[in-house]
Amino acid sequence: MKLLLQLAAIVGLSVAIALSVAFLTLAERKVIGYMQARIGPNRVGPRGLFQPFADLLKLVMKEIIIPSGANRGLFIIAPILALAPALAAWAVIPFDDGLVLADVNAGLLYILAMTSIGVYGIIIAGWASNSKYAFLGALRSAAQIVSYEIAMGFALVGVLIAAGSMNLGDIVRAQEGSVMHWFWLPLLPLFLIYFISGVAETNRAPFDVAEGESEIVAGFHVEYSGMAFALFFLAEYASMILISILAALMFLGGWLSPFQGIPFVQDWFAWVPGIVWLLAKTSFFLFLFLWFRATFPRYRYDQIMRLGWKVFIPITIVWLLAVGLAVIYELPWWFDHE
Amino acid sequence: MHGYMHVTNNRIMSAEQIIFYIFASILTLSALGVITARNPVHAVLLLVLAFFTSAALWLLLEAEFLAITLVLVYVGAVMVLFLFVVMMLDINITRMREGFARYLPLGMLVALVIAFEMALVLGPQHFGLERVPAPMRHTAGYSNTAELGSVLYTVYLYPFEIAAAILLVAIVAAIALTLRKRTQNTRYQNPGEQVLVRREDRVRIVKMLSEQEGKRS
Repeated sequence: MKLLLQLAAIVGLSVAIALSVAFLTLAERKVIGYMQARIGPNRVGPRGLFQPFADLLKLVMKEIIIPSGANRGLFIIAPILALAPALAAWAVIPFDDGLVLADVNAGLLYILAMTSIGVYGIIIAGWASNSKYAFLGALRSAAQIVSYEIAMGFALVGVLIAAGSMNLGDIVRAQEGSVMHWFWLPLLPLFLIYFISGVAETNRAPFDVAEGESEIVAGFHVEYSGMAFALFFLAEYASMILISILAALMFLGGWLSPFQGIPFVQDWFAWVPGIVWLLAKTSFFLFLFLWFRATFPRYRYDQIMRLGWKVFIPITIVWLLAVGLAVIYELPWWFDHE
Repeated sequence: MHGYMHVTNNRIMSAEQIIFYIFASILTLSALGVITARNPVHAVLLLVLAFFTSAALWLLLEAEFLAITLVLVYVGAVMVLFLFVVMMLDINITRMREGFARYLPLGMLVALVIAFEMALVLGPQHFGLERVPAPMRHTAGYSNTAELGSVLYTVYLYPFEIAAAILLVAIVAAIALTLRKRTQNTRYQNPGEQVLVRREDRVRIVKMLSEQEGKRS
């Protein structure tokens, strides 16, 4: 019985993620459309609300073409390898106090491990396609993800030091107090580096050289069509949502109310469930992803590498020392609660 | 009583044992695949699978920090770079198989020596419950990460720091060996200078009168 409930929770979460991805694609087209003084999709359903389902239907109906000379087995397994870790990482995400699939102690580490193996799908897709463009895209993506993973990992270490725990629920509870108690303030450089690295990890603009449609057509998934392509799409957007919700959990107090600690106002909003705040914060970061795409031109490849290795990693190391000292000397306001 | 417990434990496989045997057989098969696969890319991917399943076995031992770090470091970083290199190699497989018969005796000899040595070290007389006690189950509050951290920075502080220093030296050496400044025909950018550039340095806005004032239509 317990097993069935767990299974139902897993299926429910996966469906919720898939639906979020569907509407995120619509939001992306709408937001970028309005930023470019267009309306965006507006034909299917009221105000184009059902556009994602039309797209999905189209992708399902399309033929999956396997190029001649491709490595058949790996070509088919690559999109699955891209999607599986992007979904598996959601197991440890708490949506409210105690509302989590697996309350793991090493949650932060688990997330880092899961996001780091997502790159295999991309590399294998690039190699198995037997195409120059796909292969170039895969190589770019591999180098980029490995580089930014280090900065991201260091940023997470900062969160770990500040919260004294790798359990995501405990990390949120350590930020209790008020908006000023949230970790975005004492860990401001790590917060910025985490989010920028997250954009780079998910191969989104302005770091989307792995796709680089003007140079290498569409990068690693140029040979994919139909549902196989849709899986890559799903994986990319699921990791975007994951990065956003993680940023909300680790730096913006997760499910905590932004009005906490303000007299009277906090009581007015006490009826709002925590998950609403969490999803609102997540949506803010998702909007940033879309905003970036509409605003910034693509980075040059050597500049991406320079930013990751020569700027982000030194800053994170310095700030780790600062956070360590602050925790040891119990810096008032943030780290003096024990 | 003790003997009776022993028998029942052997008869009925617990769910954990079934999981162990599943993972152990995947691990052994994929390790075998690493050395028998014709295609080097397949071999690397099988090695990734072997790492992943051994991480799962470590999880069964409640060593979650080691298990996840194995995935994070080896699968997520080291093997990615490995795959990166192997994919770019242009290996002619038929040529590689040419010398198979010639190298077979030497290979067999090396394999025999290795098997002999491993039999000495890993023989059954060194293991078993009377030699190594079965690991205790920990309570729910046990954190493998915290335990490892406290031991690593107290009891094993010196070995840990020395290992770190050796690794640092290795990194510096590797970089020093490969870093060479090519001065001919290469232009380097100085990002610091690039950032300092202002609009006035690059663009000059000139105001001038139209040359053919009267001819405008």
